[in-house]
Formats: sequence, C-alpha cells, structure tokens
Amino acid sequence: MEIGETRRGQILVLTPVGRIDNETSPAFQAKLLGAVGTNGATVLLDMSKVDYLSSVGLRALMVASKQAKAVNGRMAVAGLHPMVKEIFAISRFNYVIQVFDGVDDAVAAWS
Amino acid sequence: MLVRFWGTRGSLPAPINHKTVRAKLREALLLARGRSLDTPETVDAFIDRELPFSVAGTFGGNSSCVQIDAGTNEFVVCDLGSGVRDFGHYVLAKHKPPQGLRFNFFMSHFHWDHIMGFPFFAPAYVPGNVIRIHGCHSIMHEAMVRQQSAPCFPVDFERLGATIEFVPLEPGRVYEVAGVSVRPMKQFHSGDSYGYRFTKDGKSIVYSTDSEHKFETVNDSYPFVEFFRNADLVIFDAMYSLAEAISVKEDWGHSSNIVAVELTQLARAKRLALFHHEPAFDDKMIETVFAETVRFEEISRDGHRVEVISAYDGLEIVI
Repeated sequence: MEIGETRRGQILVLTPVGRIDNETSPAFQAKLLGAVGTNGATVLLDMSKVDYLSSVGLRALMVASKQAKAVNGRMAVAGLHPMVKEIFAISRFNYVIQVFDGVDDAVAAWS
Repeated sequence: MLVRFWGTRGSLPAPINHKTVRAKLREALLLARGRSLDTPETVDAFIDRELPFSVAGTFGGNSSCVQIDAGTNEFVVCDLGSGVRDFGHYVLAKHKPPQGLRFNFFMSHFHWDHIMGFPFFAPAYVPGNVIRIHGCHSIMHEAMVRQQSAPCFPVDFERLGATIEFVPLEPGRVYEVAGVSVRPMKQFHSGDSYGYRFTKDGKSIVYSTDSEHKFETVNDSYPFVEFFRNADLVIFDAMYSLAEAISVKEDWGHSSNIVAVELTQLARAKRLALFHHEPAFDDKMIETVFAETVRFEEISRDGHRVEVISAYDGLEIVI
C-alpha cells in the first residue's frame, strides 16, 4: 500500500492511499506501528486519499492508538472522506480516536 | 420454516417503564397533529405506516429465546432466556390439554440470561411433556439444577413434572432432530458458547449469539464464513459497537454490527438479524443502530446484498 510520509514540525504525517481492507491492512498496520514507535511520537494520519476502511483497517487503527497511549504518544486522523467519516460514526471510532477536519486543523491544535 | 423471536435482549431483561410509554405516546400525538384520524382504519394506517417502530412499538425486553418452527410436531427452540416464558404460554394456549408435547432446546451456553426463563416455562410443570435440552457443555444438568436450588427458587429442578433429558452434542457434527438437520459450532465467549445451523428442505437458519470475533484478517477461510455460507437467515450477536468490542469490552465475548455485516456479506447470506441488543439501549438507540447497519451494508456491499433486520420480541420471519 502506498503511504506518503511528511513532517509538520514535530508531527509525522502519514498519507495512505486507496482502500484499507484485508489486502492492505497488514502493511498499513506495520507502517503505523513503526511510526508510533516507543518514544512518544506524534502521528497524524491524513486520510483524505482513503476511500474505504473495513473492520480490519479499523482494528489496525485501534492497535496503533493503544500503542500510542501506552508510550505517551499521540495519534489522530484528519481529512476523512465522507464515506470513511460515516464508517467512523457507525463503528463509534469517532469516540475513541481524535478526528480533525484537516491536517492544518490538527497542526494548529497540536502546536 | 418460520422463525419466532421470543427474546432478543442481551445480558439482562430490559422492560420499559411508564416514562418510556408516556414519551412514546407524546411523540405519537405530536406526529398526529393536523391529520385526519377519525376512523379506526386511519388510526391503524397511521400507526403501522407512518410512526417509527421505536414510537409505535418496542424491540422488547426479554432475554434470548428463538423458536425455529419447522412445521413438524416437535418444538425446536434456541436458548431458555426470559422469552421462553412467553413461548410457554403461547404453547399452552394452542394445545389443550397441554400434555404429550415434545420440546427440543438448543443451548448457546449456560450464562444466566440464557437459562433464566426455564423456571417460568409452564410446560415443564406438566407430566407427560418431554423436554430435551441439547448442548455442547458438560455442565448442562448441573447449571439447570443450580438455578432452581434453594434459596434462589422455591421449586427444585428435580420436582418438575415433565420428563427432562440432556442431550450432549459435539461441535462440527450434524444431528437430525425433530426433522431438522442441526450443526453446532464452537464460539469465543467466556466458558465457550455454541452457534447452531439449522437446515431443512434446502433452507438454513444460523443462530450465533454470544460470540466474539477476534480476526485480524477476514476471508473465505475464516470458519464462521463457512458456517454462515448461503444461509437464509443469520441471527447474530451485535451487542456492541466495533470500537467497544475491540477496546474497553474486548474479551467480553460479544460482537458488533460492522462485523455482522462483513461476515454475512462474505458468506453470501441472504438475511442478517441483529440480535442480543444491549440492555442499556432504548428503542430509539436500537433503531439508530439498525439504520446505521443498513447504511453500512450499502456502502460495504461488494455485489451481494444482505437484507438487514433488527430482531424484536414477537418478530416472525418466514424462511
């Protein structure tokens, strides 16, 4: 799976592209866990190029979110595609993972 | 076959109270403003076609009990939750004298909400009736005796009038019971639980409650996809949201509407009945979850449509 990587100050911004499902989730989870690491990193997922997220993809997000909390890091998502936003609401992930409208909103909030 | 839901609530019965009834009446009357409802027919049509189910009715509060009516002369029922009390009264009203009846209960497991109705199952008190309790747990008899032992209940299990037999089953094997083919399946739940696939005349119904799904990838090789394959109806434990099921309520042994949809889509099942409703949810919340699940099925659909139903006490589905 293609996952872009940029820095906005202390924030590592990952930009996955396409669907996060059975096929792509293992690579997505591995990349995400590597980014969250063990030293309290701040990771933002720019989801503007993800058009679908299955339960397996949501599980990957949950695993990474738990790890981020365990190492005093931060992880959030931004720029949800309307359909992915619906999936977040239906699965109630919007209650357990911080959601920003866009990357700039996250950067402003975390600066 | 016909499926009758006698109890659809998870964990604990959840009766509604006077405040809930008043709120439903108030909302119905507000929605009726300005309408011409001056005959019984127009009132019935308004209630049946225009009021939301959460206002006109209720999902009900009885714990798990589902009848599989295969049109044979023996009864087939899943679980003995509080809904079995209503089932017993239904049977007694239909059969006079209520003797010589044969019941086959298939037990998902023996947690309290799945057995609590049995002391109030009136046909169990009638000599001449035969009750066969089928299940894969070794503690079937002990669990039922304990529930009716002093000081918890005044009538000991051994004093019940009906002939009661326990029939041990093994997961994966196929049994012929009361004209129906039954296959149990082991599920992830505290102390284990078992789902059942019932087949008759090429039609299949799967009863799969109190079952957590912990896969990291899900595909055709996942055993439950095979268990649900092409089923006409899958009755599925969708008690929690996915976020709850894999975080604060992980390992609590229940599943979500999201996983319900994904598994039944992969299995090419025809219908999915959301079941084992969270007892803390009111009718509006269950209706919201139902609408969201229908929407999720739409957006996750890959060529095969699964019809989503939210089970309620009293619902009948012809298969």
